[in-house]
Amino acid sequence: MLEILDYAFMQRALLAAVLVGITAPAVGIYLVQRRQAIMGDGIGHVALTGVALGFLTGANPVWTAVAVSALGAIAMELIRWYGKTRGDLALAMLFYGGMAGGVLLINLSPTGSNANLTTYLFGSITTVSPEDVVAISLLAAFVVLITLGLRRQLFAVCQDEEFARVTGLPVRTLNLLLAVTAAVTVTVAMRVVGLLLVSALMVVPVAAAQQATRGFAMTLALAITIGVVVTLSGTVFSFYKNVPPGASIVVLAIGVFAVITALAAPLAKRRAQRVAAAGEGCTVRDDVLV
Amino acid sequence: MEAEEARETGVARETGVARETGAAEETGAAEEPDIAPATARHPDPPTTADPISLRGATATLGGRPVLRGIDLTVRRGEVVALLGANGSGKSTAVRSIVGQVPLTGGELALFGTPRRRFRDWARIGYVPQRTTAASGVPATVREVVSAGRLARRRFGPPRKADRAAVQRALELVGMADRARDPVSALSGGQHQRVLIARALAGEPELLIMDEPMAGVDLASQEILAGTLREQVAAGATVLLVLHELGPLEPLIDRAVVLRDGCVVHDGPPPKAVGQHALPGHDHVHPHAAPDAEPIRTGLLT
Repeated sequence: MLEILDYAFMQRALLAAVLVGITAPAVGIYLVQRRQAIMGDGIGHVALTGVALGFLTGANPVWTAVAVSALGAIAMELIRWYGKTRGDLALAMLFYGGMAGGVLLINLSPTGSNANLTTYLFGSITTVSPEDVVAISLLAAFVVLITLGLRRQLFAVCQDEEFARVTGLPVRTLNLLLAVTAAVTVTVAMRVVGLLLVSALMVVPVAAAQQATRGFAMTLALAITIGVVVTLSGTVFSFYKNVPPGASIVVLAIGVFAVITALAAPLAKRRAQRVAAAGEGCTVRDDVLV
Repeated sequence: MEAEEARETGVARETGVARETGAAEETGAAEEPDIAPATARHPDPPTTADPISLRGATATLGGRPVLRGIDLTVRRGEVVALLGANGSGKSTAVRSIVGQVPLTGGELALFGTPRRRFRDWARIGYVPQRTTAASGVPATVREVVSAGRLARRRFGPPRKADRAAVQRALELVGMADRARDPVSALSGGQHQRVLIARALAGEPELLIMDEPMAGVDLASQEILAGTLREQVAAGATVLLVLHELGPLEPLIDRAVVLRDGCVVHDGPPPKAVGQHALPGHDHVHPHAAPDAEPIRTGLLT
C-alpha cells in the first residue's frame, strides 16, 4: 500500500486529491444551499475553453482555466441578477459555447489534440506536474480561506438572500466572490477529477452528509470528510486499476451517498422513538375527558 | 448628533431587555441598571428622524403599478399595522422600505437619512414573509438566528456578546430548547418564531414584519404577541403587515389600510367588526398546519 508513495507523480496526485476533497464540497455546500448545484457543471464546461487557450498560447492551462472560468462564473452570476427571464437559455449558451470553444481551440493549437483534452475531462493521476501542484495549492488556499473564513456570511446570503441584504451585508460582492471561488475550485479539481465530473464532487458529498446531519456546520465538516476519503481512495484505486481517477472518485462518492442514505432512515426512526420516549409525544389522559 | 442620541436609546433598550430576560430565565446576563429602563410608551412627535418616512411612493411589479403614491410615516416608539386585502400593495410597501423593491417615484427616508445613503442597517430588524420552501442544506435553529447578528458584526468571528444576544433572542421567542434542532423539523409557527428571533438577534430599534401571523398556530400566535409586547414595552418601533389584527390588536397604535396601491385609512385601528368589514376581506384565517404541534383544546391547560 505504502509503496505508491515512492512515486513522485503519485505524491503529487494524492496531494492534489486531498486539496480537491477539501475544496469541492466546501464550495459545493453553498451552491447546494442556494439550489445552484448545476453551476459547477457550467463552470466546468467554460473552463474547457480556458484549458484550450492555455495550449494555444503556451501558458499553463491551470492559470488560463482560472481566468476563463472566473469570467464565466461572473457572467452566470450577472445573468442570475438581471436576466430573470430565460436565464436558463443564457446559461445553456454558456455551457455549449464553453465546450465547443474548447474543442475548437485545442484543435487549432499546434501541440494540442482531443487526447490532451480527455485528461482534463476525466482527470488523470500521471499528469499532475510540479507546477500544477504549486498552482493547485495556492488556489486551494484561497478557496479554503473564503469558504471557511466567510462561512457565516455566505451561509446568510445563500440561506435567505433577502434577509442578508437587510442586515447590510455586501450581498452582491459576496455572490461574486462565491462565483469566482467556485470557478477556482473547478480548476483545482480539474487535474484529478476532470472538468466533466467536478460538479459531482461539489454536490454528492454534501448530498450524502446532509442525510445524517441536523446543522450547517456539521454538514460542512462531514461533507469535507467524505470528500477527502473518496478522493484519496479513488486516486489509489486508479493507480492499481489504471482507470481515470475522476470516474472512480465519483462512483465511490455515490456509493457513500447510498450507504449513508440507507443508514440514515433507521437512525432518524431511532431518534424519533427516543423523543417519544422522553415524553414529547401524545398521551391520552382520560381524567380530563367528560 | 442624531445618530449618537439614537445609539444611546438603543443601549438603554438592550439593557432593559437583558434585565428582563435575566430575571425571568436566570441567565445571569443582566447588567448593572445604570440607565433608567425605558418602559413607558410615548411615541415621539413627528421629527425629521422618524424611523420610516415614505412620501408619494410609487412602485411597479412586472409593469403593473402596485403602489400608486402612498404616504407612510412611522414615528419612534409607534406600532403601526399595514392592513389590506391580497394584492393591495402592503407587502410591496414593506419590501420597498427595506430595499427589496425599487421605488419608481417618491421619497423614502429611514431614521432621517434618504434610503440611498442609509447604511445603518443594524437599527432595522426585518422579518420577511415566511416561505414554505426549505433550504437545500440543513441548518439548526441557532445557526439561522445567528445570521441576524451579522447586522451588528458583519465580519470577524462572533464574540461573547454576540452569542449572548443570539441566546437572548432564542429565549424571547421560547425556542432556546430547540436551538440545536434543524429548522426543517419545526412547525409553521415555530419557524416564524425563529425568523423573529433572527431579527431580534441584531437588537434593532425598528422591527419590520411581513405577515408574521400567517400560517401560525394559536399557541405560537400568543407567544409572538407576548414577544412583541416586550419589545414594544422596551421602546421598539414596529411596522407590521397584517391580514387581520387578531391577537396583536391591543398593541397596535395606528393602522394604515391600503387598497389598490393607495392609502384609504390612516388612523386608529379598525374595531373588531371593522376588520371583517375591510375592503376586500376574503376570510382567510390562519390554521395550524397538519404537521404542527398537537392542537391544545384548552381542556388540558
